[in-house]
Amino acid sequence: MSGTALRSPAARALRDAFLSALVALGIFGVMVGLRTDPGARSLVLSWHPVPVAVAVAIVFFGRLALSGWRIARPAGTAAPRRLAEGMTHAGRYVAPVFLILALTLPLYAGRYYLDLGILVLTYVMLGWGLNIVVGLAGLLDLGYVAFYAVGAYTFAIAATTFGLGFWTCLPLAGLFAAIFGVLLGFPVLRLRGDYLAIVTLAFGEIVRVVILNWVSLTGGPNGISGIPRPTLFGLTFLADGGPGSFADYFGIEPNITQRVIFLFYVILAMALLTNWVSLRLRRLPLGRAWEALREDEVACRSLGINVTVTKLTAFSIGATFGGFAGAFFATRQAFISPESFTFIESAIVLAIVVLGGLGSQLGVALAALVMIGGSEMLRGIIILGVDLVEYRMLLFGIALVVVMVLRPRGLVSGRTPSVSLGRPREISAELVAEGRG
Amino acid sequence: MAYALQQLINGVTLGMIYGLIAVGYTMVYGIIGMINFAHGDVFMIGSFLSLIALLGLSALGITSVPLALALTLLFAAAIAALYGWTVERIAYRPLRGSFRLAPLISAIGMSIVLQNFAQVSQGARSKPMTGLIPGGFGLTIEGFTVQLSYVQISIVATTLSMLALFTWLVTRTSLGRSMRACEQDLKMAGLLGIDTDRTISLTFVIGAALAAVAGLMFLLYYGVIDFYIGFIAGVKAFTAAVLGGIGSLPGAVLGGLAIGLIETFWSAYFSTQYKDVAAFSILIIVLIFMPTGILGRADVEKV
Repeated sequence: MSGTALRSPAARALRDAFLSALVALGIFGVMVGLRTDPGARSLVLSWHPVPVAVAVAIVFFGRLALSGWRIARPAGTAAPRRLAEGMTHAGRYVAPVFLILALTLPLYAGRYYLDLGILVLTYVMLGWGLNIVVGLAGLLDLGYVAFYAVGAYTFAIAATTFGLGFWTCLPLAGLFAAIFGVLLGFPVLRLRGDYLAIVTLAFGEIVRVVILNWVSLTGGPNGISGIPRPTLFGLTFLADGGPGSFADYFGIEPNITQRVIFLFYVILAMALLTNWVSLRLRRLPLGRAWEALREDEVACRSLGINVTVTKLTAFSIGATFGGFAGAFFATRQAFISPESFTFIESAIVLAIVVLGGLGSQLGVALAALVMIGGSEMLRGIIILGVDLVEYRMLLFGIALVVVMVLRPRGLVSGRTPSVSLGRPREISAELVAEGRG
Repeated sequence: MAYALQQLINGVTLGMIYGLIAVGYTMVYGIIGMINFAHGDVFMIGSFLSLIALLGLSALGITSVPLALALTLLFAAAIAALYGWTVERIAYRPLRGSFRLAPLISAIGMSIVLQNFAQVSQGARSKPMTGLIPGGFGLTIEGFTVQLSYVQISIVATTLSMLALFTWLVTRTSLGRSMRACEQDLKMAGLLGIDTDRTISLTFVIGAALAAVAGLMFLLYYGVIDFYIGFIAGVKAFTAAVLGGIGSLPGAVLGGLAIGLIETFWSAYFSTQYKDVAAFSILIIVLIFMPTGILGRADVEKV
């Protein structure tokens, strides 16, 4: 290493960039450059040098730019912290603006944006639900989709078998999901960190496999169709109107958009309920116990906090909101199948929570908007003959890594402790990274 | 009886593959105390690399199967090692000393990246590749023919030689000594002049190379791969590592064999649909009732 120390920074940067490009050539050269395509009798290879060259060039110049930035950057890095604090202060004004925009969305947005809004809000709600488990209590749950599935199937089965309506089933779906939350919570009480993550992941998979194979109850891979739509105090939103429908009661033209608007407000109300409940819970002793648990479990025990109750409530309350969201998903789609409840869904929700900043309510909402809305915007943009939306999950994964490396507490990284002695101080990402958060 | 013998043969073969992957999990966990979530996906990349290499070699006109397999094994292991090194360098090294969940989330991100990278670059359809090593021994007992295919023999033989090589590396070389020192106490090893970053990197490199060998074996055994195989195989191999006692190398192989046998016998005597549930349930049961595994040692939590 003594030889490299003597060289000029520019030469070293060039050498680093060259080595990175070499590694990139090894990585992309085979997997991207040689593509296996189905041939006449067996698979055949085809050679694609252009994407490889592009990838290697990106790595080379990216590495060069990174080195250049490191040399040019003056010492001291107060700027990101000030930015983070600024963003948190701005949050006080951003949140009401977003709320007003969301409330008035049906006034100015078309059908497409309303559907997208429903999708985004579903993920906002899931994100807020998971935030209770991951962001507040610090329990990394990779099987959150299981509760979403339990909620969806509870409603679907109750509705198609017993003819119950959406509003009757909603508490039922939440209750069943909460039971599953406790069911998962009990065995994993003693596990922490990594083990907890992998067990919750296994739990999610078990629930999916059971749904897939219990054909008599869940319809197996065919799923359940004909799930009823929600009603507004008994008024239906059928496309052709008819007696007892919303359009008939108010004497207006029946229109499919009315149902979409209604669904939009239903999920908005459910999401806001989630937000309100978790904000209130954070002020309760229970919420404080969650945050204490997140920071240090051993200290928690020493202070006499009942870790069992604290963990189980986090799991079950988080699961309840997952179940609510699942019931909404089922009523919106009118059809559910196990394909909607794969590990990828858990990963997306986790990515939203992590990107939003573990524990930050506004951050989660913004992350859901950017990730779900943003990736929908990619649809239709075609580069090199591939729709950019195909790269969605790849981008999510990269985002997870980049955020963890650069801003471990998420994009909206500041965190005000819910309770503090004296004046509450902002805890910025830098302090957290140093272990003082 | 003959049927059970057949299941035993199949289970051992499968268990060998799981064992090879599990070694990667257990090594990384032993040294830096984290689950390398992306390891299963490195295994998947390894099997894709093997597929590409086999196709490329046959396109180049190499018809000798043993030569092609040997070249493929070296090639896949080398490139997969590069993947392992890059994953560690990008996603884990900057996070040493960060908060508890950070490396874990980063690893999940990396796993998603690798999975979707394979899907985007090689397509989502499953890739068939059959008949490379046909034939085998047949033995008829009580009217049931027990099959022992050449593929199974070569899988067991390759795995055993890989493990022998690896054991030699860990117990007899200076790199192995560094690895064992880092496993005992990372900080102390650094103070005593071991380049810990380099040792950790090499651990990932070796783990990835072994995973790539497992990928080749998987391709030969099942004859079909897709971008999703890393997820399930990864969780099962992790279960194997935990069952054997995480941090213990013989434990990983033992756990792999146990999981392979349990899965095979479960499929043979109960139901194929629920074989993954069986493996996952074992994971949960072991973690609850026997968190140190068969050969592991108890971990005392320090504050």
